[in-house]
Amino acid sequence: MKLLRAVGQFWWDFIIGDDWKIAATVVLVLGVAAAVVAALGTDARWLAPVCGGALVLAFVLTFVADNRR
Amino acid sequence: MGSSATWGLLTATFTASFVECVEALTIVLAMGVTRSWRSALTGAALALVALAGFTAVAGYALVTWLPRSALQLGIGTLLLIFGLQWLRKSILRTAGLKALHDEDEEFREQAEAARRAADELRYGLDWFSFVVSFKGVFLEGVEVVFIVITFGLNAHDVPAASAAAGAAAAAVVGLGVVAHGPLARVPENTLKYVVGLLLSSFGTFWAVEGLGVFRSGGGSLAWPGDSWSLLGVLAAWFALSQMLVRLAPWLVAGRRRPAVAS
Repeated sequence: MKLLRAVGQFWWDFIIGDDWKIAATVVLVLGVAAAVVAALGTDARWLAPVCGGALVLAFVLTFVADNRR
Repeated sequence: MGSSATWGLLTATFTASFVECVEALTIVLAMGVTRSWRSALTGAALALVALAGFTAVAGYALVTWLPRSALQLGIGTLLLIFGLQWLRKSILRTAGLKALHDEDEEFREQAEAARRAADELRYGLDWFSFVVSFKGVFLEGVEVVFIVITFGLNAHDVPAASAAAGAAAAAVVGLGVVAHGPLARVPENTLKYVVGLLLSSFGTFWAVEGLGVFRSGGGSLAWPGDSWSLLGVLAAWFALSQMLVRLAPWLVAGRRRPAVAS
């Protein structure tokens, strides 16, 4: 039980760390991107930079919102 | 791009592993200096054995059970989250909004905790220093293993990633022996910024490629210019982080400024 708790704590610290919003933002953006990819069903080369740009933009917005509050 | 991708892989793995090894070394040194070298080193050695087993099982399971794009998405996402956490802290530290990580301070805290801990002998070992060293080396080591597996599998070069991590561990131990103490002079905060940039860039690249698992056929998405676009992703994260370093104090100052009636 102790071992399970330690493993759980490790992954919590590893993924969530001291700012859960980063993990939540990444998962949210990738989730939306996954839905778009599934709906379009294409492998057009513009898709990857757009998804990458969305991740970058989401990080900026989270950072700004976090430090303005 | 083959050789530049390999150099990117080696640099990222070496730097990330170096930082984790410095943290593990600080813990083992604190236990060895204040309590028992034999118990601290036994704990560290056993942790390395446990890590070898963990690596073999995790690596085999990942390669055997998951398609390439799912692997890219899963470990790319973890890498991205991990990298962005480091990047965020580095931005705040560089902007002067968060205290710098100090290995000397960490060493003092660990040593003080070791002095206060009760004496308990088990199997002829000082149990406190054994357990703390084991946990420290294992947990920091799991992060190194994760980085090695992630980078190695995605770049199809696990041996190169393992060699880079091994070289980083050897360098840290060598420096620790020469320095006879915690590696406070290692510019850890700068290294963490570089690691944050590298992990975020590789994480973005692979997670987005892995999104292809959701389209029919399930093949990876392709970036324009293939691996060359990694440089573009890295440049974007670098430019963005520099912008946020300058923006952060302004944001915080605005938050603290009292509202003025117009």
